[in-house]
Amino acid sequence: MRQQELIPHLFRTEFRKITAVLCKLLGVEHIEAAEDLASETFLAALETWTFKGIPENPTAWLYAVAKNKTRNYITRNNVFSTKVTTEIIYSRRDKEEIEIDLSEQNISDSQLQMLFAICHPSIPAEAQVGLALRILCGFGIEEIANAFLTNKETINKRLFRAREKLRTEKIKIELPSAVEINNRLQTVLLTLYLLFNEGYYSESDSNVLREDLCLEAMRLASLLTDNEQTNQPDVNALLSLMCFHASRFDARKGENGEMILYHDQDEKLWNQELITKGAYFLRTASHGDRVSRYHLEANIAYWHTNKTDTKEKWEAILQLYNRLLQIEYSPIAALNRTYALSKANGKKAGIAEAEKLNLVNNHYYFALLGELYTGIDNKKAKTNFKKAFELAKTHPDKQTIQKRIDSL
Amino acid sequence: MRHQDGTKVASPEQIQEWMKQTMDWIGGIAAQNKFVSGTGLPFDDARVVLKQNSNNVVTNGPFGEIKETIGGFITVRAESVEEAVEFAKGCPVLQGEGNSVEVRKIARNDGIH
Repeated sequence: MRQQELIPHLFRTEFRKITAVLCKLLGVEHIEAAEDLASETFLAALETWTFKGIPENPTAWLYAVAKNKTRNYITRNNVFSTKVTTEIIYSRRDKEEIEIDLSEQNISDSQLQMLFAICHPSIPAEAQVGLALRILCGFGIEEIANAFLTNKETINKRLFRAREKLRTEKIKIELPSAVEINNRLQTVLLTLYLLFNEGYYSESDSNVLREDLCLEAMRLASLLTDNEQTNQPDVNALLSLMCFHASRFDARKGENGEMILYHDQDEKLWNQELITKGAYFLRTASHGDRVSRYHLEANIAYWHTNKTDTKEKWEAILQLYNRLLQIEYSPIAALNRTYALSKANGKKAGIAEAEKLNLVNNHYYFALLGELYTGIDNKKAKTNFKKAFELAKTHPDKQTIQKRIDSL
Repeated sequence: MRHQDGTKVASPEQIQEWMKQTMDWIGGIAAQNKFVSGTGLPFDDARVVLKQNSNNVVTNGPFGEIKETIGGFITVRAESVEEAVEFAKGCPVLQGEGNSVEVRKIARNDGIH
């Protein structure tokens, strides 16, 4: 790999590892410093490697430089004299050198602990996702801004407030007690779910960015299933859901990057390996006495891995949506449920149910009505598709709707 | 949801069909973000405790001398009693002659309701 490709690649894989370990080492007071130290390490690589060439083991080089920079930072700022880390001074007093542990084990431990710190209930959901992207996924501020369709200043402010909150609440970077793990796990799962959805349904134009977001969410969910304490049914259900969705990455992209809808997708492009993984995690999730929204959504996604239109399939999907909506309402679930109902109970029943939803600001709502009226009352179908077209925000969405109008 | 006659025994297929209709009905309310909670009250293992000749008597099920039984209740978030009545009209229990759905407010413990 040449240097132009190597540094961005290493940045992707190593920045987040270094940051997590340093956050854990320096404590919540110094999160920004940890991010800066990691950034400076890559800056140093860029400068040095340009002149001296790429070292034999680039990752080891990065770790060594990160360690040096961190030691300097600690000495310069007398980090360990602050109150928060007094325990660390005592435990390290007799050691001449501060240990900076960049082993695989400590990296994943630190990332897992950081995940729980970020998902502290006092931090708003938006900021949690932002902070997770920055610290656990190594995303740049601009990339985060793109993912959220906003500007860098907004993201910077959001992250600043989140770090401030971590400090003022004195949140410890550690795996909480078993009871607290259970309390916070739902927030952790929701953050990962949002992170994944941010990628899967993002209105950002960059496909690469979208997939990266999804893969990062899956990687973090795997950290949870790999740890005995956090390997719980809900977590497996969420990871299963992610696998099923991710299996359709290649199939849902057209030649020009446009979105291909589920029933127009080429099943041969579905990733069988991910489908098998999804099924494995779904089976693992089927323990315990609680059915979470992730169980229901993973089951729905499982039914979608078989494209054959059977009554049994749509009936099963309808009942899963019926249950899901009782636990967790969302407009998109309400729309999907109505589509499933029209498949199971007939289009007329579907139209009656759809009219009740009255989601008049949602272009998917009118697209669904258009779809249901097609073949029953094409004039009404057209009116609804036109409303959907007006409300749709992105070019690909408008394109898809236009195709439906043209086919009437 | 009141059933006029709980002694009637339905076939498993019929029960399954009722279940589906009930789930679709509740799902439809939930799809409008108006569902709060639901409690089904199955008849099996039901008991009635009643006072007879100053003794408490326990009988199997509510179906002996009382004709009407309650099959369950759901709580919805309705803007008005009219909206709640519209939801009630969709209840599959109403397919049975004589059955009824009663619409009631929930006491808010504010001394008024």
